[in-house]
Amino acid sequence: MSEPVSFLGGRVAEGAVTVRDAGLRGMITLRGDLAATKVKNVVKKITGQAIPAQRKASVAEGRGAVWMSPDELLLLVPYAEAEEAVATMAKALKGVHHLAVNVSDARAHITVEGTGAAEVMAKNAPVDFSSAAFGAGDFRRSRVGQVAAAFWKDEAGAFHVVSFRSVGDYVFDLLRVSAEAGPVGALS
Amino acid sequence: MLTLQCPYCGVNAEETELTAGGEAHLKRETVGSSDDDFEGYLFMRENPKGVHFERWRHSYGCGKWFLAARDTNTLEVFGTYSAQSKEPPKELRDKISAKRPGWSWREFK
Repeated sequence: MSEPVSFLGGRVAEGAVTVRDAGLRGMITLRGDLAATKVKNVVKKITGQAIPAQRKASVAEGRGAVWMSPDELLLLVPYAEAEEAVATMAKALKGVHHLAVNVSDARAHITVEGTGAAEVMAKNAPVDFSSAAFGAGDFRRSRVGQVAAAFWKDEAGAFHVVSFRSVGDYVFDLLRVSAEAGPVGALS
Repeated sequence: MLTLQCPYCGVNAEETELTAGGEAHLKRETVGSSDDDFEGYLFMRENPKGVHFERWRHSYGCGKWFLAARDTNTLEVFGTYSAQSKEPPKELRDKISAKRPGWSWREFK
């Protein structure tokens, strides 16, 4: 069997704002009626989190659920558990109209950390990143530069960016260059 | 820059996050329709200077289609609403009437 590797093999761009390939992450797309009890229960069982409210991410210690749309969640689990989690869901949601797919290998996960992280994000996405408008646990699906991406802010103030793996290189370089260019002072 | 509120995400999405989908509230003509009606459905579009209803897709966001009412002249946005609407909500029509008395668009006024 081939050994799974993340899209950039753990590349890191250190600096005042550090851009980091977060490595292999188990990601599962779940579509269905998010108000259904069975869906709520299985999400809780797999991620340990309740279903997040609109535009929220509830992630703790590498496990969690983020709100992608009114009928879609992205579940985060350790990479090795993704397949098993999909099987668990298929079993638990038997008879409930849903779709659960392991997309771990289709995605890139990048973190942006440091005091100016919000500015680095704001340079690339049409979103208000001021701390009043975008706080810890807030989530948005939008674009970064020219490609679609989803991002949320964790308790430590770091941003997590998820994009398609095929454009991960582009997203990483975009964030790296934005970080290297230094602060603008607009969001401080 | 046009900014529309996505009724599904609740975000004020700017134009680059959205995809325009043409005119809203088209009634599909199909088997059994007259040739004239079918031609109208295929080709005839409103081109108003003023109140207009359009389809938009939050393509970089939740991916859902929604409908928007805006003024093509001033670019004022009156509101957005679910794509599963056969007609603009009464509330929205009242709001437009308050701002643009006497407006009409296809069969709506």
